[in-house]
Amino acid sequence: MSDKKCKLLVIGAGPGGYVCAIRAGQLGIETIVVEEKEPGGTCLNVGCIPSKAVIHAANEFEKAVHNTTDNALGIRAEAPSIDFSKTIDWKDGIVKRLTGGVSGLLKKAGVEHIRGRANFVDGKAIEVTTSNGVQRIYAENVVIATGSQAVELPFLPFGGKIISSTEALELQKIPKKLAVVGGGYIGLELGMAYAKLGAKVTVVEAESHILSQYDKELSKPVEKRLKELGVTLHTSTKAKGMSKDGKSLLVEADGKEIKIAADKVLVTVGRRPNLSGFGLEDLSMKMSGPFLSIDEKCQTSMRDVYAIGDVTGEPMLAHRAMAQGEMVAELVAGNKRVWDKRCIPAVCFTDPEVVSVGLSVADAKAAGIEVIKGKFPFVASGRAMSTEREDGFVQVIARKDNHEVLGIHGVGAEISEMSASFSLAIEMASTLEDLALTIQAHPTRGEALQEAALGALGHALHI
Amino acid sequence: MKTIAIKLPDVGEGVTEVEIVEWSVKVGDEVREDDVLAAVLTDKATVEIPSLCDGKITWVAADVGEVLAVGSDLVRIETSDDVNIEEASSEPEETKTPPKAEANPEPKAEKPVAAKPMVSKPAAAAPSSSASAPRAEGEAPLASPAVRHRALEGGIDLRQVVGTGPAGRITQADLDRVFANPTGQIGSSNNLIRRELTGETDIKINGLRKKIAEKMSLANERIPHITIVEEVDVTAIEELRAKLNADRGDKPKLTLLPFISAALVEAVKTHPEMNAHYYDDEGFVRRFEGVHAGIATMTDNGLIVPVVRHAEAKSVWDTASELARLSTAAREGTAKRDELSGSTITITSLGPLGAIATTPIINHPEVAIVGVNKMVVRPHWDGAEFVPRKMMNISSSFDHRIIDGWDAAVFVQRLKTLLETPALIFMGS
Repeated sequence: MSDKKCKLLVIGAGPGGYVCAIRAGQLGIETIVVEEKEPGGTCLNVGCIPSKAVIHAANEFEKAVHNTTDNALGIRAEAPSIDFSKTIDWKDGIVKRLTGGVSGLLKKAGVEHIRGRANFVDGKAIEVTTSNGVQRIYAENVVIATGSQAVELPFLPFGGKIISSTEALELQKIPKKLAVVGGGYIGLELGMAYAKLGAKVTVVEAESHILSQYDKELSKPVEKRLKELGVTLHTSTKAKGMSKDGKSLLVEADGKEIKIAADKVLVTVGRRPNLSGFGLEDLSMKMSGPFLSIDEKCQTSMRDVYAIGDVTGEPMLAHRAMAQGEMVAELVAGNKRVWDKRCIPAVCFTDPEVVSVGLSVADAKAAGIEVIKGKFPFVASGRAMSTEREDGFVQVIARKDNHEVLGIHGVGAEISEMSASFSLAIEMASTLEDLALTIQAHPTRGEALQEAALGALGHALHI
Repeated sequence: MKTIAIKLPDVGEGVTEVEIVEWSVKVGDEVREDDVLAAVLTDKATVEIPSLCDGKITWVAADVGEVLAVGSDLVRIETSDDVNIEEASSEPEETKTPPKAEANPEPKAEKPVAAKPMVSKPAAAAPSSSASAPRAEGEAPLASPAVRHRALEGGIDLRQVVGTGPAGRITQADLDRVFANPTGQIGSSNNLIRRELTGETDIKINGLRKKIAEKMSLANERIPHITIVEEVDVTAIEELRAKLNADRGDKPKLTLLPFISAALVEAVKTHPEMNAHYYDDEGFVRRFEGVHAGIATMTDNGLIVPVVRHAEAKSVWDTASELARLSTAAREGTAKRDELSGSTITITSLGPLGAIATTPIINHPEVAIVGVNKMVVRPHWDGAEFVPRKMMNISSSFDHRIIDGWDAAVFVQRLKTLLETPALIFMGS
């Protein structure tokens, strides 16, 4: 195959890579993206999107089950059932629509997608093993967007019963007993979903509380809901491996060994960057821990080689990768850009959902900033009452001296949709007064933001 | 006695803030009604602000160079006048928001107040009553993404920009002010910072400028230039010129140019190869008997080259008159076409800006050009002592395809000899 040349070569078509490629194409940059699978990366294929589909199905099923018992609304339903293979087909359909959509967008932007696995020859040349042979590509600029994968525990290697989140979204049958190792957001999202679908779920967390990256206040309503759903929670508990007969997960708490019977063991103990196996090691790039070290323009230690997304570290979130990708495309086009984002929202799609934007109280304290805060619980919201979900709250944290909003956090049903206003408020450099003086539609859950800001100013109206 | 505040009056339509450019008073000064307190600069003009009463200045609002909002307090005056001005409030506006750490002016002073040095206060620029919170070192400036992006593209370091929005937030209007300052300097005089200027202006090249550009390209692309710079002692020729000018009557004043033209006429007699056109496309050189001296002339529109025809048949006086007529016509744009073409050799002079040396571009298809540099008095070693002499360099370029370096050097030496001994020009050799 004859060699190819391009101005921009993007390795990996996940949310970071495909956004970078689309924007570069729009800017008239000759761009090639190399991806061995369907575009969309973890997010579209085996992450954000399919998991939200399964969670939605679980919620719907749980509602139906809920209506078989005596309930406040007086709805009577007969025992519902679920054809889970059909659910998975429906989920796959959504994934297909989205990956197809991304392919279309890449084509529309004039980006060439070469299907295959990339291997670095040097910093500006790669070889792609395609179905038609090896294709060599020379590029002026290279973007490493190879993403991440689930961390495997040596004593619980993936395979058979032991699954990662990827397999958990492809199960053809709902497991009767599911053990989840790791009480972070991925484990809890999926664990709760399967609990709602009828599995007997046990969550094992090594830390003293679940969702350890969040304040306890935020995780408490989730913990409560876990109990309601019948999920068994073992905190400060370490997984040790499978029992000899392979029927149970062995864990250890307070020096005591416990056996947890499980059909499937879902291991969600974090993700690690995909940085090995494609010749990158030979380039001696500067690292930052296990991640590629980047500057404020996503440039690596090698000239005109950029890195975006999960390979660049926490937070490993699709929307961060997308913003980095967009910025890099602009930089390659010669435009002035710099990473100056004030916040990256983090959403946890548990039940209830958790949103965290900007600094926490602890962060502010660590930075030596004196803060004031205001909190509005949904128990005081008419909308929350009338949708039977009064759990959770919105909290606003601001600088004491000038009322600059530093962080907005919340937990509650469908609070993920409120993250838009949270992020906007912080990115626009709002003050408490800005939030307090903005009219929010009534009756909506969004009123909680205004009320929390009013609360921080000392004059909440509805509490 | 009471203390009143004189507010910065509305100084013009649409003006919301002004810069203090001069104080006519300081704290402790006694002023009379209508005395000028300060001069302020709007974007349109400088305006003087008069006092509205007699009294003693107890407080001034800002330092020179700082920006004040219209309607904010300019000075506070202790007065016994019965003027209809509200008394200075005990809560000065700026203190409404907590973070300001400035010394508050003493309100309602019953006794003379000691002059208090005002600390430099960036928040004085705020047209709103909100104060700019002091930003700690390393803390990101408070601004929306659009403002940050605009600043980045415009080369503005937002850490240097005073934010007038709530909590010191930098608004689009704050950036407008920075961009409106064409020097790129923002901030007050004691906090001067510079921004990168990133504007670009495209100027369409057409008309005369385009012609000049084409001609210069042609000459520079085709002709391999050799340039020789030589020093000429013009003391004698300057004495002669002074004498002739002293007795000139109603004749035009002689500049050095007619002499150089005359010297050229004399020099090409022995160097006819210099007074020529090289038609490189056709492959021949045409030598001319007559000398048509092109005189490179600067006009408002650019460089043009009027031609003194038959310089060999003109006295220095004739040449001077012709030069005067031609350059006037050239500058006024009334020169005829044939007055601007047909030169056989060109003289270029930048007069007092003539520098030490130049590398003149030949007026294609000519083969030589003589550049005249600046005349200066320099010490000259005459063998026994230093004597002051009027010295001038000539920088001449030749078409190296036709003129060899040796011949060029000989020609330049000939010119030098003629100019240093002007009698030779007029006597013939």
